[in-house]
Amino acid sequence: MSEYGTQSNPLRVAIIGAGPTGFYTAEHLFKQKEYVVSVDMFDRLPVPFGLVRYGVAPDHQKIKSVTAVYDRIAQNPAFRFFGNVQIGKDITVAELRDYYHQIVFTTGAQSDRRMNIPGEDLQGSLPATDFVAWYNGHPDFRAYDVDLSQESVAVVGVGNVAMDVARILCRTPEELAVTDIADYALEKLRNSNVKNVYILGRRGPAQAAFTTPEIKELGEMQDTDAYVEPEEAVLDPLSEASLADSSDRATVKKVEVIQSYAGRPSSGKSRRLTLRFLVSPVELIGNDEGQIVKMRIVKNKLYKTDAGSLRPKATEEMEEIPVGLVFRAIGYRGVPIPDVPFYDSWGVILNKQGRVIDPETQKPVLGEYTGGWIKRGPSGVIGTNKPDALETVQQMLADMASGQVLSPECPDAQAASHFIAEKQPDYFSYDDWLKLDALEVANGKAQGRPRVKFTSVADMLTAVGKR
Amino acid sequence: MKVRRILATKGMRVITIAPDKKIRDAVAVLAEHNIGALVVADAAGQPVGILSERDVIRKAAENEQVFDLFVSDLMTRDVITGMPQDDTHSVARTMTDRHFRHMPIMDEGRLIGIVSIGDILKAERDQYRGEIDTLETQIMADKD
Repeated sequence: MSEYGTQSNPLRVAIIGAGPTGFYTAEHLFKQKEYVVSVDMFDRLPVPFGLVRYGVAPDHQKIKSVTAVYDRIAQNPAFRFFGNVQIGKDITVAELRDYYHQIVFTTGAQSDRRMNIPGEDLQGSLPATDFVAWYNGHPDFRAYDVDLSQESVAVVGVGNVAMDVARILCRTPEELAVTDIADYALEKLRNSNVKNVYILGRRGPAQAAFTTPEIKELGEMQDTDAYVEPEEAVLDPLSEASLADSSDRATVKKVEVIQSYAGRPSSGKSRRLTLRFLVSPVELIGNDEGQIVKMRIVKNKLYKTDAGSLRPKATEEMEEIPVGLVFRAIGYRGVPIPDVPFYDSWGVILNKQGRVIDPETQKPVLGEYTGGWIKRGPSGVIGTNKPDALETVQQMLADMASGQVLSPECPDAQAASHFIAEKQPDYFSYDDWLKLDALEVANGKAQGRPRVKFTSVADMLTAVGKR
Repeated sequence: MKVRRILATKGMRVITIAPDKKIRDAVAVLAEHNIGALVVADAAGQPVGILSERDVIRKAAENEQVFDLFVSDLMTRDVITGMPQDDTHSVARTMTDRHFRHMPIMDEGRLIGIVSIGDILKAERDQYRGEIDTLETQIMADKD
């Protein structure tokens, strides 16, 4: 085996997916001093940053400032970006093995989990993730059609995507106009008819996944009142006892904020956002045209599992709420990559601490790794992917040390870029992105916004002079 | 955080041992896989107990012939199991309150994994690190 990881023969790593985990993986690889590593990062979109650009809500610009960290990582001379290149389509994983010693999949959780209830495919029932991608200007969702002529909307779930969707529906055009929301989305939301938004959580206030700042924010919108049914704001005895036991101050604070919305009279704002607890949708009901008109929900009661957590259990008590639009935000799953072992029921790549595992032999697949949401499922905040990526990089380094890496035919940066250009002549480099970024920011500045996004791949290519 | 998140990065095979095996075999399996406890499963794959290194050590202190005993002689029969949907902090609390360190995880009647208190502490540490990192980044952005 030839020597690798030296100045003349660097260890070549391909990172698939330019989201936070991809960048943290590159950062950890550059930080270690044992081996000389060079990184090629791929993304199926021309532009980097994944969910920071296309997931984080436009009214949360501060969270997006983390891209400054990624920019610094990208400045490393051993880093290259190849956007607009889809692995499994433009280039196969087998082809990557000819050019790289190690391949890391950090493709995230791109699809949503279904509720599995009757009526889920009626008109007006949508994955929240599509709506998020749409208002954030994701090129795949430009043509997405959401019927904002409806007055009442339900968002199922209490995680941060549910919060984001509810907030964007409730913000005024003035609040949104100062963000980097897609122009077409701003136009459509300007003419929105939405008056009532319901957020549905299947457990109680103490178990909700949102954070205290997120829930506070709901009460501070310009033209929307936040409201909680008084009887649903009260903690049940099990939650009460468990909270008293744990002395978890963050949860106590969160519950206080929720309770401050209980029974709040309208202050005359034109929209109302209602948080419902201990309810689960059981059926979506349509009219003759197949359009949702109401949702049947069941009230839940909490019970304690053997392991000690509080889980919801349906009671007999049902209720119907009139809604014309239902967004499900109850979980996300990764999308399988051709030729990479996938654990379908959880929507993750089968792995041990980041080493991809062959389902037959239960042994690591030589040279293949994974990180982030496609590795552990969707959990945590952006920064959680940093220790996650570190765990994967530690396995990669151990395998470098023991010689368990691929033996590529052309472990050469130039050979790789020739091959990539052959397969996808319209690939985006990091410099192309920086050019596009500067244009977006300049266009935004003229309108008092952080940026105005290009929302089609063709426009992006034209903007940087590739077409 | 849910137990599922911890199991996702542990591969999908659970290492088990049959109750009629000798402690000698169990110790070899513990050492081979560098783990602290084994789920004891019957022929149908159903968990019937758990055997921890501590169970073995405790017996070894009083009986030199410990290796010739059967797994079923030393295993804990009354096993508390969890589900992938369980909250990790509740599981950690149950473990500390009731003094055990490994919990088999069942999904629809099937054994799908085992989590240790160490797994949970590591996952929670990573979560806190991540939150701190994200907050720091935002504070730095405020200063610009």
